[in-house]
Parts: sequence; structure tokens; C-alpha cells
Amino acid sequence: MDLQILTYLMAGTTFSLYIGIALWSKASSTNEFYIAGGGVHPIANGMATAADWMSAASFISMAGIISFMGKDGSVYLMGWTGGYVLLALLLAPYLRKFGKFTVPDFIGDRYYSKIARFVAVLCLIFVSFTYIAGQMRGVGIVFSRFLEVDINTGVIIGMAIVFIYAVLGGMKGITYTQVAQYCVLIFAYMVPAIFISILITGNPIPQLGFGSKVLSEDIYLLEKLNNVLTDLGFDNYTDSTKSKIDVFCITGALMAGTAGLPHVIVRFFTVPKVRDARASAGWALLFIAILYTTAPAVSSFSRLNFINTINNSSYEKTPEWFKNWENIGLISWADKNEDGIIQYGPGNSHEPVKPIFSKQRGINGERIVSNTLTENENEIYIDRDIMVLANPEIANLPNWVIALVASGALAAALSTAAGLLLVISSSISHDLMKKIFRPSITDRQELFLARLAAAVAIGIAGIFGIYPPAFVAQVVAFAFGLAASSIFPALIMGIFSKRVNSIGAITGMISGLLFTSAYIVFFKFISPELNLPDNWLWGISPEGIGVIGMMINFISAIVISSLTEPPPDKIIRLIDDIRTPE
Amino acid sequence: MKINNSQKYWRANLGIVFLLLLFWFLSSFGAGILFSDYLDKIKIGGFNLGFWFAQQGSIIVFVFLIIIYCILMNKLDEKFNKEKN
Repeated sequence: MDLQILTYLMAGTTFSLYIGIALWSKASSTNEFYIAGGGVHPIANGMATAADWMSAASFISMAGIISFMGKDGSVYLMGWTGGYVLLALLLAPYLRKFGKFTVPDFIGDRYYSKIARFVAVLCLIFVSFTYIAGQMRGVGIVFSRFLEVDINTGVIIGMAIVFIYAVLGGMKGITYTQVAQYCVLIFAYMVPAIFISILITGNPIPQLGFGSKVLSEDIYLLEKLNNVLTDLGFDNYTDSTKSKIDVFCITGALMAGTAGLPHVIVRFFTVPKVRDARASAGWALLFIAILYTTAPAVSSFSRLNFINTINNSSYEKTPEWFKNWENIGLISWADKNEDGIIQYGPGNSHEPVKPIFSKQRGINGERIVSNTLTENENEIYIDRDIMVLANPEIANLPNWVIALVASGALAAALSTAAGLLLVISSSISHDLMKKIFRPSITDRQELFLARLAAAVAIGIAGIFGIYPPAFVAQVVAFAFGLAASSIFPALIMGIFSKRVNSIGAITGMISGLLFTSAYIVFFKFISPELNLPDNWLWGISPEGIGVIGMMINFISAIVISSLTEPPPDKIIRLIDDIRTPE
Repeated sequence: MKINNSQKYWRANLGIVFLLLLFWFLSSFGAGILFSDYLDKIKIGGFNLGFWFAQQGSIIVFVFLIIIYCILMNKLDEKFNKEKN
């Protein structure tokens, strides 16, 4: 069957499933809207957390990034999963025992301060919107490539779906649609990975195929990949090129950032008991690990396949997918030596890196770029985000697999967007309105406000999707850096210290936040030309600076607290209470 | 000062968390980053060991750490609740 019809069919089926679930699990109180009534089974919560957490970045971009970074890409694998260990051991059980609705709830109560709550709300809104922008780009790419609709139409369809289940269903609706979305996305990720693993290595388990020999050759896959890459002038795939301190800090920032992300933390408020919170963190990581241990295998398979298919083949004979992605503008080819044959190698094929297409076509039918071509021999630009989506096509898999991958990518993007919208709406209706500005509102008014805030947030997210900010890739560093340097330390000290008081915590959050954002804004926005290892503080890139911001937060909070009054007795009792099992 | 039950529970809890975090650190920051190049000299199947820890091993260790944490904490909770009654 035609790929487009198949994609419509699969996307349509999964979308109706999500809406059906949402209508069945509509929220009727703030309790159900914010935390799904607190009665979610740990395994269901584990799946929902996995879908909530694994975004378009995990599904679409991560394997592609690793594919081009090799061992350096490991920071994402370790950072994004290692954060769960912190979450499970240091945060989830205590925050569940605390038993309120939102992350600012905990910070506001523990530090007995509306200012602390307000600062937490600001961090939360900034982190969450940053994240949503990334999801919308993912939705846009999938819609424009596979459904061949205008990106704007695609974004509006996506928004409408999220609107129905997030605004009506609240946390309850989101939880059960996320369970379905997890099933869709993991199936969609595994099927092509298994196919390709069999094609390349003969081993049906991609995690093992990754370390196996290439079919009918007496050489290991990774060895072969190293050979192919070094022949072309690249570094070894399995060697690291970045400085150790930077890799160390990026991994640390991603871990602490993951543990401090509000939309993930809030999922642990939805289970009945403390022991369920612990168990569901375990289930969540297990479900996540299925994808995360497959991703590096997919990375190596797709890099090898890509080189084998493209390098030294004539443009005219390249497969359809190459031209399709070129038409969307995510691949470009500039025939530098005018031989009609594609040469791939290290370095950027042109400056600036992203292609700017003119209206003309070259003699081979390729799109002509108006960028300045570089001196090196590389003629190819390929956007890293397309590797996972193009992978099944590169490997010549049947159309239904390609359609499945498209539906999986949509599930990953929509589930994360919904989770984020919910924490934004609850922080506005609950933390800002109910707890700070208008304490007199009733439960029903609060619920209405929550729905209204969700609807407005979807509107803003939609604008991000239709006018995608060019800085999406840069702001991702921001989201993790900020979560690591503001929310994470405040939560940790709130649980593990009885001495840190409100003034200490507020100073800590603000100083961590200011330091980290100043560093990132300087290198990413004000003077991007200076963004080089020589200019960095101790050789730490903006992606890893959250770790230093986190240290600043911890140190200033502890120093200021020790110089001022300890927290009142009722706070000490609160801490004792969250530390004791039920 | 006499140490009461909750303090004992809290100390045992911190001990478990500290021990598990040690393994968390060793498998990721240790084997995956700091000693990774050294471990790369050891080959298991098609993997260099350091590379394997950085891309797969650490994640597998993480899953086991959380499972062990759940088991140990559930036991600790039971013990604590028995002593309390």
C-alpha cells in the first residue's frame, strides 16, 4: 500500500485511540486533574512516566546525534537515564510522602515562603516551555515528511488532539493516554531496530547485534564502522574526542536536570503509596531502558548503512528517500568536483552549516545551495534529526514499518507535550492563583482556571510550532541547566537538610539560576563566536555548566542558612514526617 | 541522647542510598567516563568495555540499582513498622 495512505491510517488509528481513552477518563475534580486522583497503579505509572519523559528528542533526535558523535554521544544515554537513579533514591519517595499536587507546592511549604514558591513557578514555566518548543519541531518534521501536509496544518492537528485530552482529561486523561502512547512508541522503535539488526548482523536483538559480527564477514560491526570512518578521515566511532571534564559535567547536568524536571516529578504524585512511588521509578526506568539500550545500536547501524548507501554512489541512482529529505531541506548535496557522484567525509560541506537553497536545480537534478562551499571534499549536509526517521527507508524496510515509525514519533512528541502542558497549567491555577494571588477561589473555579491555563498554554505552544524559534537546539541546554541549578538542589536540601531555611533556599535558587543563565546566554546568544573550549570556564561547555550552577546553589544556600535563623519547629516536623514511612 | 526508632530508620535509609549511589557513580562517571579509555583495552565480543559501559552497561546497572533499592527499602519499612508496633 502507498506509504502516505498507510501513515494516515496508522496515525488516524492511534489518534482515535488516544481521544477514546481521554473521553473515558475525564477529570472531574482538581485532585483528578492534577494527580489523577492519586490512584494510578505503579506499572501503569511507570509506562506513563516513560512516555512522558521520552520526547521527540529521545525518539527522533537522540540516536541520530549519537550516530554522528560516536562515543561522545554517550553523555545523553548516561545523563538521561542516570537521572532516574537520583529521582528514585533521593526525591520520588519523599515527595510522594509529602503528598501535595505540584513541585512548587513542596518548595513553597518546605521553605515556608511565597517568594520561594514564586521562584519555583518561574523556573518551572521556563523549563517547560523550552521543552515544548522542541516537541513541536518534532511534530512538524513528521507531518511534513510523511503526511505531506503543510507543517502548520500538522501542528494544528497535533494541538487539537492534545487539547482534547489534556484540557478535558487533565492528569487522569493524560496518564492513560500516555500508557497507550508508550506502547505505540516502543513498538515503533523496536520493530525497525530488530529488522535492521537482523539484516546487518543476523541477530534479532539489537542490543546484542550491536556487539556482533557483520553478516558473512569476519569482522565486528563496531570494528567495521571504525574502519569505514577512519578510511574517510573521521575519528574512530568508539573513541572519545571531548575533554573528560566537559563530558563529566554535561552528564552531571543532564542527570540532575532530569531529576529536577517538574513534569517527571509530578508523575510520582499520582500513585497511592510511597512504596508505589519507588516501584514506579523502577518500572519507568526499565521501560525507558528498552529504548535507551536500543538507541546506540540504531545509531551505529544507521551510520554504517548511510555511508554504504550514499558514499561514492551517483546522485541519479540514489534511492527515493534521499531526494525526499532533500526536498524538505534536511539533506543537501553540492557536487564540488562535478563528477555527479556523492562524496562523504569529515567537515561541513558548506558555510553556514545549514543549507540555504536557491530555486535552481543542478545538472543532476539536485537542489543548488547558495552557501559558500568549503575547501574539504565532503559534499553532504545531513540533519541529524532525520536518522531515526530515515533509517527504515535507508534499510529498504516495508512501508508499514515506516508508517509505524512516524506514528511512534508522534506519540513520543504528543505525550511529552501533554505532560508539560499539565504542569504549566497546574502551576498557574494552583500555585500562582490559589496559593499566592487568589486563595479564596473554590475547587470548581480552580479546575476551570486549570483548564483555561492549559488551553492558553496549548495556544502558545502552537505558535512555537508554527513559527519554530531557530534556537530550539540551544535552549535544550537551557532547560536542563536551569532544572539542575535551581529546582534540583532546592528539592534535595528540602529533604536532606533540616538547617536550610527560606532565605538560604531562595538565595541558592536565584544565584544558581542567574549564574547558569548568564553563562548560557553569553555563549549561545550574545557571543556565539566565542563559544570555544579555550574561552570556557575550566573547559566546561554551556551544556555542562548547570553542574557548576548547582554547586553554587548548594553552597550559597548552606552558607546563608548557617548565618541566619534555623527553620521553625513546624517545618522540622514536616521534614521528619516526609522521612518516615507510612 | 537516646537514638529513637525513626532516627535509626533514617540512618539505615541513608546507608542504603549512599551505597547504591556509589555504584551509580562508578558505573557511569567511573567506567563510562573517567576510566573509560583504560577499560577500552579490554574487549568483550565486539565491544570495547569502556565504550560498552558508556552506551549500555551503565543503563543496565541503573535499572538494577533501582530494583535493589525497592527491595531493600521495602524490607526496611517492614522492620521499622514491626518495631513500632
